[in-house]
Amino acid sequence: MSIKVEVCQLDDLVPYSGCCALVEGQQVALFRVDEGETVYAIGNYDPIGDANVLSRGLLAEVNGVITVASPLYKQHYCLTTGQCLDTENVRVPAYAVSVEDGAVYVSIPQADDKAKAA
Amino acid sequence: MSKQQLVVIGNGMVGHNFLTKIVEAGGLDQYEITTFCEEPRAAYDRVHLSEYFGGRSADDLSMVEGDFFNDNGITLHLNDRAVRIDRENKIVHSSQGLALQYDKVVLATGSYPFVPPVPGHDREHCLVYRTIEDLEAIMASGQQSKVGAVVGGGLLGLEAANALKQMGLETHVVEFAPRLMMVQVDEGGGALLRRKIEDLGVSVHTSKNTQNIGDGERCRHKMEFADGEVLETDLILFSAGIRPRDDIAREAGLKVGERGGIEIDNCCVTSDDDIYAIGECALWDQRIFGLVAPGYQMAQVAVDQLLGKSESVFTGADMSTKLKLMGVDVASIGDAHGNTPGALTYEFSDGPNQIYKRIVISEDSKKLLGAVLVGDASDYGNLLQVYLNGIDLPEHPDGLILPQRDGASSAAIGVDALPETAQICSCHAVSKGDIAAAIDGGACCMGDVKEATKAATGCGGCAALTKQVLDAELMQRGVEVNTDICDHFPYTRQDLYNLVRVGEIKSFQELLDKHGKGHGCEICKPAVANILASCWNEHILQPMNVGLQDTNDIYLGNMQKDGTYSIVPRVAGGEITPEKLIVLGEVAKEYGLYTKITGGQRVDLFGARLEQLPEIWRKLVDAGFETGHAYGKSVRTVKSCVGSTWCRYGVDDSVGLAIDIEHRYKGLRSPHKLKFAVSGCTRECAEAQSKDIGVIATENGWNLYVCGNGGMKPRHADLFASDLDRKTLVQYIDRILMFYIRTADRLQRTSVWMDNLKGGLDYLREVIIEDKLGIGQELEEEMAHVISTYECEWKAAIEDPEKVKRFRSFINSEAQDENILFVEERDQIRPATPEEKIELKQSA
Repeated sequence: MSIKVEVCQLDDLVPYSGCCALVEGQQVALFRVDEGETVYAIGNYDPIGDANVLSRGLLAEVNGVITVASPLYKQHYCLTTGQCLDTENVRVPAYAVSVEDGAVYVSIPQADDKAKAA
Repeated sequence: MSKQQLVVIGNGMVGHNFLTKIVEAGGLDQYEITTFCEEPRAAYDRVHLSEYFGGRSADDLSMVEGDFFNDNGITLHLNDRAVRIDRENKIVHSSQGLALQYDKVVLATGSYPFVPPVPGHDREHCLVYRTIEDLEAIMASGQQSKVGAVVGGGLLGLEAANALKQMGLETHVVEFAPRLMMVQVDEGGGALLRRKIEDLGVSVHTSKNTQNIGDGERCRHKMEFADGEVLETDLILFSAGIRPRDDIAREAGLKVGERGGIEIDNCCVTSDDDIYAIGECALWDQRIFGLVAPGYQMAQVAVDQLLGKSESVFTGADMSTKLKLMGVDVASIGDAHGNTPGALTYEFSDGPNQIYKRIVISEDSKKLLGAVLVGDASDYGNLLQVYLNGIDLPEHPDGLILPQRDGASSAAIGVDALPETAQICSCHAVSKGDIAAAIDGGACCMGDVKEATKAATGCGGCAALTKQVLDAELMQRGVEVNTDICDHFPYTRQDLYNLVRVGEIKSFQELLDKHGKGHGCEICKPAVANILASCWNEHILQPMNVGLQDTNDIYLGNMQKDGTYSIVPRVAGGEITPEKLIVLGEVAKEYGLYTKITGGQRVDLFGARLEQLPEIWRKLVDAGFETGHAYGKSVRTVKSCVGSTWCRYGVDDSVGLAIDIEHRYKGLRSPHKLKFAVSGCTRECAEAQSKDIGVIATENGWNLYVCGNGGMKPRHADLFASDLDRKTLVQYIDRILMFYIRTADRLQRTSVWMDNLKGGLDYLREVIIEDKLGIGQELEEEMAHVISTYECEWKAAIEDPEKVKRFRSFINSEAQDENILFVEERDQIRPATPEEKIELKQSA
């Protein structure tokens, strides 16, 4: 089960850039990739750099895939899947995002879901 | 088998070249090597000796790489001269009393300056120009002198005159012959050379036979000439030619020439089979070779012979030269005087631009025999190749030296016509074939070729030709080098710059819509952001620019490995008040930041979390600090020494100039970071010659150095112009920086830019000083716009609530990032290691 949490207003997000939200204790990197309502969310933790920084990376299109380039060492993470394009076995969580009436919602697995999964 | 003893007498350029070559050839397996050097320091670059006056140190001139002698087990006796060779017992005796048994000896004793035996030639302040010690004596004498005279108007004499001029002396050149550079240059060239040198403020006296040197009335000495005229001067520098140092050979009974020089055969062997002679002390076919390249060729032959390659022989050397004397290009090839029977000549003279060119060709108009170029030596490389390779001349040989007008087809022989064996770089004996091989080995730019072959890394004279060969070879291989910046723009960085500038494009989206495709990436976005900033200088955190900025620019700080930031306020010229220092200390203390002094004379504060940046900067801005742009591809620092204000040796106010320059260019964004320095005298404490822009005070103004670099691949800056006043200095820097911004590649430092600039330093001078492209004013105006629109990015950011909003760890919470953890080390914080983090989290 996941829950849908309102995190901010769309207007709070600067187009073509990222920011970080704290959702149920998780650091979530939000990216507004255009001037419209397209928003993606993945984990903020950069497993290669061992720091919570992915929201501060540059949006980069790689062979048609929209990614964020880690601000530390520039690995690319797909915004829809969380897959690292440079290292096959590295992946960060990806979250569903919706924009409703100008508000941005992120769906995040509940704590007990995670406990079951673990 | 025990090793043979090899004694090398003399550690000059050729002696040392011999050592490096025998080491490279694996000769250490066969020989145990000892070398004597009478000077207090091992081999140094005498060819560039005059740069010692321009600020290069003895260390800079050294030719010894690292710990060469120790690493290779070669015994070096400094300050010790070999005085006698006992051939019967095979022992070399030294002035310090050493007696060394030898199997083989290599004489590389070089030459000494000839001092004409004129009465008074041995008075004080009568000096010669050969060693670093000589130069030190000249500098010391120069400080007590107002007037200096050089006896000898040859190549070295003019170099020496330049040195006196640089020291600020009224300079005279006294030449016995009726013209300057008698050996290399014909009458027409000599006359033009004289005019040019006189224009530089040096008095030239030709056909002057000095008869006596005595006490002067206004100056220290009075020189009396055979024609009854006199010249008063405080300092006399003899540069009337060189004589081979053959005394040790003479005494040992080896064959020497009538007019000196140790006779050698094609194997560089003297009249004793176990003794070789190489370089300027050697006489081959009754000729002495007073240039370094033939000396290196002899060194190679001697090495080959010693290692049993008997087929390697010396068969003479080409004495063609190209050099820049006091800023005047002079070149001479082959039979410059047209002495060959039946030789025909073509001359070209351009009065207004002071250019003289002459070619000497064979009677049948088929071959080039020689050439003289004064004022413009750009044809040298081409002509030399035609001459050396015996390439047939075109139907109209005058086309080789006539200026190329627009539309006319070039008469120059293309590099494609050169044979594989054509020598492109004579310093390192690199042939066209060698360059081709390097390209086959993967080299695809000038930097690669230089690294692989060493071509163009000696005197640099062949750089343009090497580039041409590179381009031609690449083209032959059908290599179409893709220079597109990335998938989103089919353009180079330079193209994008021009598109932005000409199209007055103000945003990435507009550029992408008009000239690109897709969404952009981490390559093109920061590059375009940087170009937009260089051109229009709008705030980099304007909403439309935010998404383009790289890791550091986007939060106006340098991101560290743990995601925290460092903060570097500007400290112009490295000058800071106690009050401001205290502010830095207090801020660091309040926020618990780690502090470190940077290489650019500033203070770096580490460990600030994203949300702390605006409040920290508010405190700093309130105290009068502004951003230091340490995060940007932009002007960083202008380092300075303390200068004439305090220093006993200072010549000018380096701190004052550094501060002015830093404030002028602060905020300028460029293809890569830019570092400057200003030194107050030639001691160069600010290390200006390792900077993109370096300035060094002289008695007469400022010397400007460009395109130096520390870092991964250090490069000494080139002396761009001398003795500038402040206004001209700033004008040149304005133009150079804007020209760099206009033409460099993405993330290309000025050093690499220079290495790849077609035409190199000379071309840059033409563009900047002579305004060859007619863009000087444009460049200055572009710079003026950047300067007039400067604002402190941090001050503007903290005054704008919208911008401040972005500096939060979380858009929906005031919480802090729990993964940022510090431990203490040497009384300050540092980021915790992953193991320490686990411990800290458990104990919390």
